[in-house]
Amino acid sequence: MEQKIAIAIDDLTVAYNYKPVLWDIDLQIPEGVLMAIVGPNGAGKSTLLKAILDIIKPLAGSVTVYGKPYKKQRDLVAYVPQKGSVDWDFPTTALDVVMMGTYGSLGWIKRPGQTQKKQALEALEKVGMLPFQNRQISQLSGGQQQRIFLARALVQNASIYFMDEPFQGVDATTEKAIIQILKELRKAGKTVIVVHHDLQTVPEYFDWVTFLNVKKIATGPVAQIFNDDNLTKTYGINYKTSITEGKL
Amino acid sequence: MINEYLNLLLKDYTLQIITLGTAVLGAVCGMLGSFAVLRKQSLLGDAISHASLPGIAIVFLVLGVKSNNGLLLGALASGLVSAVFIKGIISKTHLKADTALGIVLSTFFGFGMLLLTYIQKLPNANQSGLEKYLFGQAATLLASDVWLMTAIAGISLLIVLLFWKEFKMVLFDPDYTKTLGFNVKFIDTLITSFIVIAIVMGLQTVGVVLMSAMLLAPAAAARQWTNSLAKMVMLAGLFGATSGVVGTAISASANNLSTGPVIVLIATLFVVFSFVFSPIRGLLFKQIKLWKNRNDLKLMKTLMFMYNLVKDHEDISHPHKIQLLNNFQGYTKKSLKRLQAEDLILLNRSDWSLTEKGFNTAKNLYTQEL
Repeated sequence: MEQKIAIAIDDLTVAYNYKPVLWDIDLQIPEGVLMAIVGPNGAGKSTLLKAILDIIKPLAGSVTVYGKPYKKQRDLVAYVPQKGSVDWDFPTTALDVVMMGTYGSLGWIKRPGQTQKKQALEALEKVGMLPFQNRQISQLSGGQQQRIFLARALVQNASIYFMDEPFQGVDATTEKAIIQILKELRKAGKTVIVVHHDLQTVPEYFDWVTFLNVKKIATGPVAQIFNDDNLTKTYGINYKTSITEGKL
Repeated sequence: MINEYLNLLLKDYTLQIITLGTAVLGAVCGMLGSFAVLRKQSLLGDAISHASLPGIAIVFLVLGVKSNNGLLLGALASGLVSAVFIKGIISKTHLKADTALGIVLSTFFGFGMLLLTYIQKLPNANQSGLEKYLFGQAATLLASDVWLMTAIAGISLLIVLLFWKEFKMVLFDPDYTKTLGFNVKFIDTLITSFIVIAIVMGLQTVGVVLMSAMLLAPAAAARQWTNSLAKMVMLAGLFGATSGVVGTAISASANNLSTGPVIVLIATLFVVFSFVFSPIRGLLFKQIKLWKNRNDLKLMKTLMFMYNLVKDHEDISHPHKIQLLNNFQGYTKKSLKRLQAEDLILLNRSDWSLTEKGFNTAKNLYTQEL
């Protein structure tokens, strides 16, 4: 059966000051996969997410979500940024951060009310953080902070989830809890795309994988393409010269 | 002295106006300063306020404007231009924010000073009175100035309330805000414009050199007392207003003390006091907590030592000589008494014995689930 394409990326190129960070990425992500994006440091994994989400402007290329430009389909997409991208000393509570997930559907100026609070509490419950709802966010552990970010995205009730290294610096309990939730999302037919660092857990956690190192090396089902050949191509010692010589 | 001042305040219309003006200014600066501090743009305020000087001089020199509001419009324009320059340098070059701020601050301020000295050499220099914008001169505040300030303050407050949720989210996580479809640039520009407006409002009273302290000090002090953004903004407004009123009172009571610097000093006192005495983040409280933890640790060590002595006995509460503890250096009579007060041990003249509670506490000390 032909799978529906959730995300289609066409010729995406991003450069910071003439140095390409992402080069000519073509990528089609089928609906309902739990996909890892892997690649060495500086491969452009986070940049790829940010370019797809229009947080940074690409030099060229286009992104469509279910066949329409991303900007028209924002409601379908939720983003979990890297935990380290915000200042956790900000004066607010866990519940307040999760409530932000409802702001998009509220739109400008309108205030969140009881409905939004209920949604936020449900999401907190899902990630096992309900007892911490009134905790000042700086007093949460790294794993708890990550779960708060996840809860904020869950509130959006999107079809597609982008997550930037959700397992970085979290405890084993949190990692298990998060992967459990990701698998539930996939079961519910959602598409989940995760920037991932730990190669060992790829076959266990994910069913789809994209190898990235400035260029797209390979993409497909984990069972078929997660092999030494692609790993070497992506992480290999000589990958820099390979790219400049156009061998990949 | 306070009575004297209050009498003066009741009679003197000018003093009433100035007090109201500095209170409104302090409140607005405190509230808007909170956003600057949380947006990590503390120094932006300093750069913008210094950079507003050439605007004042150019309006005076080129357009021949002498009214306060006209000059402040020049300051506003110059401040906004400097903000655009700063953001442009940061986004278009490799330079970091601190460098961009430094470049713009010194260039604009230097140019402003150049123009100011030029103006002072002109024949009608004495009437210009532009020096007052350097360190401020609250005494020149007119009723019309204060009403304008109050109106601007009211509008700012309204907009802050209107866009509260958008402001909060942008301050915390701008990237995420963008993915929800909000125009982050617009919100950001709104926040920066507020900072510029607050600065320009204060130039006449506090001056370009000290103005950033009015923005930052109340906000920094308020952050120490609360973990809620709403409370922080309100507290900062309160601290700012109080600094304004108290500063004006002191400078009115004491002969010829310049109002602006006194207000800034009072605001700084709030900061110092908050850094030391705040129960949430204050240095004193942290130190006390450290002492308490250290003491508790000592007590628990003593208890553990006792536990190790008796754990193999059949009767855990069998009394032992206190002298037995001499092998262990960490105990004092006081610590034994505290252990007894917490029902962990029993003391009987020269003997001690563990209670059931003490035994269990020691036993679970290292296996406790956190």
